[in-house]
Formats: sequence, C-alpha cells, structure tokens
Amino acid sequence: MNGVSAACCRAWDGLIGWIDARFPLLKLWNEHLARYYAPKNFNFRYYFGSLAMLVLALQILTGIWLTMNYKPDADLAFGSVEYIMRDVDWGWLIRYMHSTGASAFFIVIYLHMFRGLMYGSYKKPRELLWIIGMLIYLTLMGEAFFGYLLPWGQMSYWGAKVIVSLYGAIPVIGPDLAQWIRGDYGISDVTLNRFFAFHVIAMPLILCGLVVVHIMALHEVGSNNPDGIEIKKKKDANGVPLDGIPFHPYYTVKDIVGVAVFLILFAGVIFFAPEMGGYFLEDNNFIPADPFKTPPHIAPVWYFTPFYSILRAVPNPFGGVVAMGCAVVLFFFLPWLDQSPVKSIRYRGLSSRIALAVFTLSFLILGYLGTQPPNPVTANLARIFSVIYFLYFLLMPVYTRVEKTLPEPERVHYP
Amino acid sequence: MNRIALAIALGGALLCWTIAAPAMTEGPPLYQARVDLKNKASLQRGLRLFTNYCLSCHSAAYSRYSRVARDLGLTEDEVANNLMFATDKIGNTMTVAMRRADAEAWFGTPPPDLSVIARARGADWLYTYLLTFYEDPSRPTGVNNLVFKDTAMPHVLWELQGYQKPVYVTEKDAEGREVQRIGKLEPSTPGLLDATQYQNAVRDLVNFLVYMGEPAKMMRLEMGPWVILFLVVFWLVARQLKKEYWKDVR
Repeated sequence: MNGVSAACCRAWDGLIGWIDARFPLLKLWNEHLARYYAPKNFNFRYYFGSLAMLVLALQILTGIWLTMNYKPDADLAFGSVEYIMRDVDWGWLIRYMHSTGASAFFIVIYLHMFRGLMYGSYKKPRELLWIIGMLIYLTLMGEAFFGYLLPWGQMSYWGAKVIVSLYGAIPVIGPDLAQWIRGDYGISDVTLNRFFAFHVIAMPLILCGLVVVHIMALHEVGSNNPDGIEIKKKKDANGVPLDGIPFHPYYTVKDIVGVAVFLILFAGVIFFAPEMGGYFLEDNNFIPADPFKTPPHIAPVWYFTPFYSILRAVPNPFGGVVAMGCAVVLFFFLPWLDQSPVKSIRYRGLSSRIALAVFTLSFLILGYLGTQPPNPVTANLARIFSVIYFLYFLLMPVYTRVEKTLPEPERVHYP
Repeated sequence: MNRIALAIALGGALLCWTIAAPAMTEGPPLYQARVDLKNKASLQRGLRLFTNYCLSCHSAAYSRYSRVARDLGLTEDEVANNLMFATDKIGNTMTVAMRRADAEAWFGTPPPDLSVIARARGADWLYTYLLTFYEDPSRPTGVNNLVFKDTAMPHVLWELQGYQKPVYVTEKDAEGREVQRIGKLEPSTPGLLDATQYQNAVRDLVNFLVYMGEPAKMMRLEMGPWVILFLVVFWLVARQLKKEYWKDVR
C-alpha cells in the first residue's frame, strides 16, 4: 500500500514538475495563495472581497445558462424570460439566482467599499488599487444597466429611456450622443440587441480583466487591515511579516465560512422573496415594454437610486447630470482628499468618524428618496442630503488634517 | 464609538426604507385576497372560472394547459375535455382566437395577457378590481371600477355577481368645496351568487392567477427550507474547519 501511495506522490510531483518547467504554476500558487501573507487581524468586513468574486462567478455561470434560452428581440424577449421561468428545467432558479445576484453584487460591493472607507484602504500605497476598484464599480454599473433592459418589461424600457436621455442633456453633442447609444431614435429592438452584446460580452470581459488587475495590485502592495498599519514593516529573519499569515490555508478556510453565511442569506431571498418587496424585481417589470404607456412612476433599481436622487435634486437637467457624475467621480480622488496621518477609523478623530457616519446615512437616505415619486418635501430632503454627500468629500482635506488622531500601534491587535 | 455611529446610521436608513414600502401604493384601500396556493380545490375552481370567463378575450400565452393540469392535480383528459376551448393540443399555451387589431377596435385597448398579471398588479388589487365594478351609464360598457377608473373591461362576471350601484357621500375637500365621493357600492340587480359566494369565487380566480403568475412558486417554497438547512450544516462544518486551522494563529 505504501509503495502505491509513494508511487502516486512521485507521479504527482513529476506532473507538477513537468508543468512548472513550462508554466509558472508553483510561482503563481505561492505568490497569490500559499506565500501571500495577509494580516492576521481581518474581521468580518474582509469577507466582501471574496464574496464579490463568488457573486461574479455565479452571475457569469447563471448568465451563460440564461443566454441559452433568452432571445434578444423586442418581440420575443419578454416571452423568452417567461419561457425560462416556466418551461426550462430549473430555469426559475437560474433566473432568480441571476436577478438576486445583481442586487447581491451591489450589496457586497457597497460593503466592500465601505470597509475601504472605514480603514483608509485607499491611502498610500494603495491608491492605484482603489482606482482599479472604482473602475470595476463603474463597469459593474454599466453591466447592471445594460442587463436591466433585457427582460423588456415596462421598467426595463422606461428606465433605459430615462437614463439614456440623461446623455441628451449634455450641451451640443447630447442629442446625437443619446441617439448613438440607442442606435435608434428611441429605445427599440436595435437598442436591445446592442445592450445584449454589451451585457454578455463587452462588460463581463472588462470586468474579469479588471478583477485580475485589482488582485495583482492588491498582492503587490499587500492587504490593509483594521488597524491600518503596514505589516511589512515588521518582518522575521525569513522576510515573512510578523503579523502576516499565509492566505492559504488560513483565509481560504475562513472565507468559506463567509461564503456559507452569504449563501444562507442569498438562498433566503431566492426561495422566499425573489422580488424583495419590489426592490430586486419591480412589479411593473412584469408588464411587457410598451412605448405608448408611460408608467406613473419611473425609478431605477435600488442600487442606482442614491445617484438618481442627486440627479433629481438639481433643477437644471445638465446640472443634475454633472452632479450625478461628480458624485461617482469624487470617489476616485479619495486617496488625495484624505490628509489624515493614520488610515484606520480606529485611530482617527471624532470628526472623521462623524463624517463617515453622516455620509453613510445620507447615501442610504438618498437611496430611499430615489425610489419615491418626487414631491416638494422629498425634493428638499434630497437637496440637503446631496449637499452632505458632497461635503464628506470636499471638506475631507480639512477635517482629516485638523482633527487629533490617536497613536497607531506597532503591531496589529489580535485577537 | 464608530460602532454606535454605524448602528445609528444603518438603523435610521433601514427604518426609512421599511416605512417606504406602504407609502408607494396609491388609490383606494384594497380588500385582502387571502389566497392559498396549497388549496388545490380552490385553484381548480379558479381555473374553471378563468377558462370560462377570461380566456376568450385575455390570453395567458406563457402558460401551458399540460403544466396547469399537472400542477393543479388534474388529468390531461379532464382539462382537454372540459376546459380547452381554443386548441386541441394539451401542450399548447393558453392563447385566444381574438385578433389584436379587432380587440383594439372593440375595446380601445387590447385586453392584456394575464400570464403574469398577478405579479404586476398583486393579488389584493385583482381581488378588489373584480369586486368593485359598479353601474355607470356614462361608460360605453355601462360599468366603471373603483380601483381602475374608466377601465375598458366590461363586467364580465355580472352573471355571477349581478350589478352594483354607487352610493355617493358629500364631503368637503381641502379648499372647503363640497365634492361627491363614492361611499359604498350596493347591489342593484342580483346575480347567481350571493355576496359571500361571489367573494369566494373571485378569491378562487385570483388564487389561480397568482399560481399562473409563477408556477414554480410552490416548488421554491417547498425546496427553500431544505436548501437553507443544508447550507446551515455546511456553515457549521466550515466553522469547525476554520477553528481547527486557526488554532495555531496567535
């Protein structure tokens, strides 16, 4: 028996050796998993990166299977989704995984970004890592927007119409630009076809490429941690960070726990509340797109509503588009807006903490207001919270510089 | 400190979102349909009402007779012999013979496909809609509706419910002017069913529409607990594995 297992071991080593002589397999394995040293003090907020990759994989897999029966044709699209829901074996499960996955993706990404804000993960030397992450976020927004047209329901149609018409508000080139995006004078079969192409080929390719670049950048600079100190500053004789542990097996087994908790919640939505009260799947989208019937209330899906609120808060349409664009673009400048000598919220002063809490609150309130039909009260509220949203960024150089910070520890806190 | 601030921020926002849900509905209050997808007899009665009264103008073009038969515990023969009027193939979808152009000429707007109407409108809305037709001589069909003002649909179930007439009450609006509002509906011509029987019949019909909106719903509700149970066991195992590995991290 021992002879057999020894022979197996030799064969395995031989195979790895053969591959390794031709492809840097062990090098990749070590650099990114077995000898990638991550800080040992990660808390639950560090689950969301791996969860985002899980959701991406789920979206791609379910997306491939949906594509097998979906028809990107204005006359057939709505019916083909219902065909998937009824006549395709397990089609309903695949479709709900995909529709819930879209919302789950944004929840996970927003929490991942919030973690970055809490622990100053965008600060030097991780500026580029943060910018790549923001590009992923922008791509994800495009991916979600293009995908939302595909079921060809009323909300798909009118949501796309409103959002594409935003480009029309740009002076001089606006109307032509909007028409160029649609490929037609209105949202039509032509638009549906090209959005399908963007959704299933262009955006996923860019997304996957950016995710690879994001991880390469992360593994170059090393992960930040809740204490916001660089573990690479304290190394042992072998050059291994004293507070670092190999990503594999420690964080692979830990992330599986996060995956399990996530999947429990994910399955809860899929099996018991796939519409999530009209937030994940909107009631109106169960009515086929009708260019002649404007729904009484058009709102984008919840993950866009904070920005939609900011858009509506500005009376001038072009001003609104600019404000909405700035609301996203400002995130890119965080590494330079933040002048604090410390990274983590743990060692920052009161003003940074209040700023983050108030910003988070305004983001959520703007999100809620964006789902509501506009009226004078909500419009004024949206204006107030839009101003707070922008002040978080614009005042950051001031409040991060003047506040009194606490001394950072030499080593990370664990446990 | 930051935890407290975070908790307040998240709590406040979640509260707003929760309060938001009811605020999004408009129009008069709806009756509660209280449908029960597990009640096969009710679904079968609903199917009979649907094929007899709805399925000549309204299609349900994504729903197949064979699937309906299977899900509702009927044999294919039972459905084929009693409930199929527009086709002779059990595997066909529930289409109608009425042409779209004709429908548009007759009603002003073609009757919508009802496959997913329950998911768009909701059970309570459909239930209230079918209960609140009232006499209105100013309309081409002679009837109007409380939740869908100036609906193009005639009161197709008049034979069962009979007709109702509105009883107006006078109220003062915000500017102090007197306005007339429908206070209640009362029977004017009796139908084959009394009020309770009719409500039950409409409940059966709405129950069927809810089923048809999402035939997989019963299956997902049955499977859900088992999937989650499996995942909970998986989580417990994963947690033990993690603890075992992390013993040596200090």
